[in-house]
Amino acid sequence: MNERPLPLFGPGFDPGPSFAELLRRTTPPDAGPPQAPGAQQASVDIPHGTTVVAIRFADGVVLAGDRRATSGFAIANRRIEKVFPADEYSGVAFAGVAGPGNEMVRLFQTQLEHYEKIEGESLSLEGKANQLAQMVRANLPAAMQGLIVVPLFAGFDERRGHGRVFSFDATGGKYEESDFQTNGSGGVHAKNWIKAQWREGMSADEAIDIAVRSLFAAADEDTATGGPDLVRRIFPTVAVIGADGYRALPDDEVERRATALLGGPEEGAGE
Amino acid sequence: MTMPFYVSPEQVMKDRADYARKGIARGRSLIALEAADGIVIVAENPSRTLFKISEIYDHIAFAGVGKYNEFEMLKIAGIRQADLKGYAYSREDVNARSLANAYAQTLGQVFTHEMKPYEVEILVAQVGDTTGNDELFHILYDGTVQDEEGHTVLGGQADAIAQTLDSRYQAGLSVDDAIRLGASVLGDSDGQPIAPEQLEVAVLQRGATGRAFRRVKGDELGRLLAG
Repeated sequence: MNERPLPLFGPGFDPGPSFAELLRRTTPPDAGPPQAPGAQQASVDIPHGTTVVAIRFADGVVLAGDRRATSGFAIANRRIEKVFPADEYSGVAFAGVAGPGNEMVRLFQTQLEHYEKIEGESLSLEGKANQLAQMVRANLPAAMQGLIVVPLFAGFDERRGHGRVFSFDATGGKYEESDFQTNGSGGVHAKNWIKAQWREGMSADEAIDIAVRSLFAAADEDTATGGPDLVRRIFPTVAVIGADGYRALPDDEVERRATALLGGPEEGAGE
Repeated sequence: MTMPFYVSPEQVMKDRADYARKGIARGRSLIALEAADGIVIVAENPSRTLFKISEIYDHIAFAGVGKYNEFEMLKIAGIRQADLKGYAYSREDVNARSLANAYAQTLGQVFTHEMKPYEVEILVAQVGDTTGNDELFHILYDGTVQDEEGHTVLGGQADAIAQTLDSRYQAGLSVDDAIRLGASVLGDSDGQPIAPEQLEVAVLQRGATGRAFRRVKGDELGRLLAG
């Protein structure tokens, strides 16, 4: 039986509870991600994910994203997912280059589970956000070449008993948002919509509706954001995170909510 | 001129095995049982924080008896192995058999080449879709792997406990009944179960999507054993 031997480390070399560090210790140094030569901008068209939003409500947070990925002016994917569970009580959504974005999410998910299993308890929500910030920072060389990935992180803080939203910048800066945040090319439009509607103490239902409408508003103004596709029945990805954990809304529930909103105030702006 | 003593390989191996067995016999025992709706692992463990049973991956659990620092190190190595494999390939590609082989290699190497063998016995359990697909790998201090059916006992009083368990175990138990059976078999010879505070119990739930490992503790365990 030719199995990979157990990863054992001598004192001083142990990677501790960090999966990223473990990965570095077990991968040959020349096997890292390929770097584009020089500091030139990536000139090939690469799929980009666009608009994601995070909204805090009374008992948790809602995380939502549209389903479009664009490659230059072309639609690269109509059904891409940009909202993922990070662990039982938190979720992550990304805007930016889809490949590294997906990879960052996978590494982040593995890291949180790895820490929990090695240490016997999960990281605090703040600790998880800091871990994600480190991963964004590690992507900085690629970001300088135009391959930017910027996540939104939201979760239910079990120790404090309420939802929290964190945003990041390309250099790994982490910022806690008090109520909501958006990201991606349509983010400005989505944020304006949310800003006009948000109030303290909203229910989950209200927050979900605002999230879905803000994405429609963004799709109205931004070509890179996908609107509701009634022909193919494609609707945004929505997740609710509260005291009972991460729950991704089933497709038919989002469809029902989204179609109920059609004919609302958006239609009035038919210029 | 000094002459090195000649010690036959048989004697060396026997001494090491005796040493390891003695260390393991000092510790308390642990039972794993296949039940209709999952795999149950029950251990006698007075500590609330230093666990003998741990989650490795979605459907895989680890349990160890003997020297705590040694099986804890093996547990961490197993988690690392599984997470690296799941990250490099896919979550479906992580399985108990390959992990059990890696453990056997390491324990065998240490037993023959190092000064001191590990004083541990470990269990790698994987819950399947049906009872027929459950896997229980019982790995000894020298790297011997036993593929067990139905149930297995690790630790000091393993033989005596296994005898009692053999006579009382039946396939198709519910998880709750399996926990009660484990607790009563681990107890005194007069069948008195151990107090819940002295037990560490974990279940690999059959049919769970994602992570199947769950600890049964505190009030839940107390109610279950009383019922």
